Amino acid sequence: MTPELTMRPRLAPGCRLNEKTPEPRTLLMPERALRLNGPSLEIVERCDGQHTVQQIITDLQKIYSKAEPKKVESDILGYLALLHDQRALDFEPESPARTP
Amino acid sequence: MTSAVPQPLALVAEITHRCPLHCVYCSNPLELARRDRELSTETWSRVFREASEMGVLQADFTGGEPLARTDLADLIRSARAAGLYASLITSGMPLDEHRLDELVRAGLDHLQLSYQGPREESSKEFAGANAHAQKLHVAKWVKDRRIGFTLNFVIHRQNLGQLEEMITLTEELAPGRVEFAHVQYYGWAFANREWLLPTREQLDRSLEILKDAEERLRGRIRVEWVVPDYYAKYPKPCMGGWGRKVLLVTPTGDALPCHAARVIPGMSFENVQERSLKQIWDDSAAFRKFRGEDWMQEPCKTCDRRAQDFGGCRCQAFLLAGDAAATDPVCSLAPKRSIVAAILSEVNSAPMQTAKQPDWIYRPNPA
Repeated sequence: MTPELTMRPRLAPGCRLNEKTPEPRTLLMPERALRLNGPSLEIVERCDGQHTVQQIITDLQKIYSKAEPKKVESDILGYLALLHDQRALDFEPESPARTP
Repeated sequence: MTSAVPQPLALVAEITHRCPLHCVYCSNPLELARRDRELSTETWSRVFREASEMGVLQADFTGGEPLARTDLADLIRSARAAGLYASLITSGMPLDEHRLDELVRAGLDHLQLSYQGPREESSKEFAGANAHAQKLHVAKWVKDRRIGFTLNFVIHRQNLGQLEEMITLTEELAPGRVEFAHVQYYGWAFANREWLLPTREQLDRSLEILKDAEERLRGRIRVEWVVPDYYAKYPKPCMGGWGRKVLLVTPTGDALPCHAARVIPGMSFENVQERSLKQIWDDSAAFRKFRGEDWMQEPCKTCDRRAQDFGGCRCQAFLLAGDAAATDPVCSLAPKRSIVAAILSEVNSAPMQTAKQPDWIYRPNPA
């Protein structure tokens, strides 16, 4: 599903970034691992239940200011939907998430 | 092939063979390790550190039943301290909320709970124990905590008729992920194969049901399945290739390329008490034996798919064709495919209705 701009994505239970540095950053999840770099890492680092989808888009449009803003937005929405389908992400409703 | 040694991604930590269940399809070897020969907490901690230094990302705690080790929380803590993702593959027996909290505090990332089917009778018949009610409790406790949660249903000829019930139960228990694992025929499952291998009709029906569930539950529960490879056109890329992605350490410290590797005659496995995990992975004869492509025979040697499936499973090649370097006989291109074809023909010619009551060989509990 495509998230609403007001939703606050949060990594699902059992999904987290690896803690080892300076290894490549990796999203660890049950039975799988995804290597992250560039935009994918920038996005996942913001999936903390605090940032809204709109805030993530705004942040990345600033970081990747040479890219077409609409393209950045659609890429982010597509990536969030993909992670959600893989059950790596929950979309928390509009009110700020409680701390775990 | 390239000469560089690949980097392992997952460590299967088979920490004990002790288990309160007696599953007829257990993947443990027929010869089980005794408790007094199990590795110490300290040795496992070193293994986790060495694994992490080699690039391993995940530690899968399995057994036997990992909960049978009283130091499980310490083992999980040391795996996390080493930088690994800690996953527990369990029957949920024996477990209570207090112990689960202890494991979660130690850093448990993910728990996979195994089911023998959707009903109490399922665990009684296939695991030789009354485990179902306890599993329902465990599922609820896990849901109340913020860790990854997978349900694993082992499916086969005797319980495929209840697949839809299993999906209903999955929806009630609401894990993040569910696996429907058709039995793979090694260890105890190989011994019980005639009672477990499904018919073609059952298999086709099960795939329809699973594809439907996957679609319907998308975004809520991730649905995955493993098909019985006897029915496949091409073999599975077993373990992602021999000595390529995964290594397994047994309760007594032997490092193996897969669960079943011991069945292959003439193989000897080195022990983590004698050499480092990295030395064993890089240099041991066992890990080098079927790594890469030099060992392959025709048709694998020149097959376009050899970098995809690595010739299939070495243990299965030995179990079915009597030659561990042969093309996996489940492959439609294998010279020994006729062996699998004969097994399937027998399974599919005996109508289910007239099949007699299974005469199970139950896995015992080691001393």
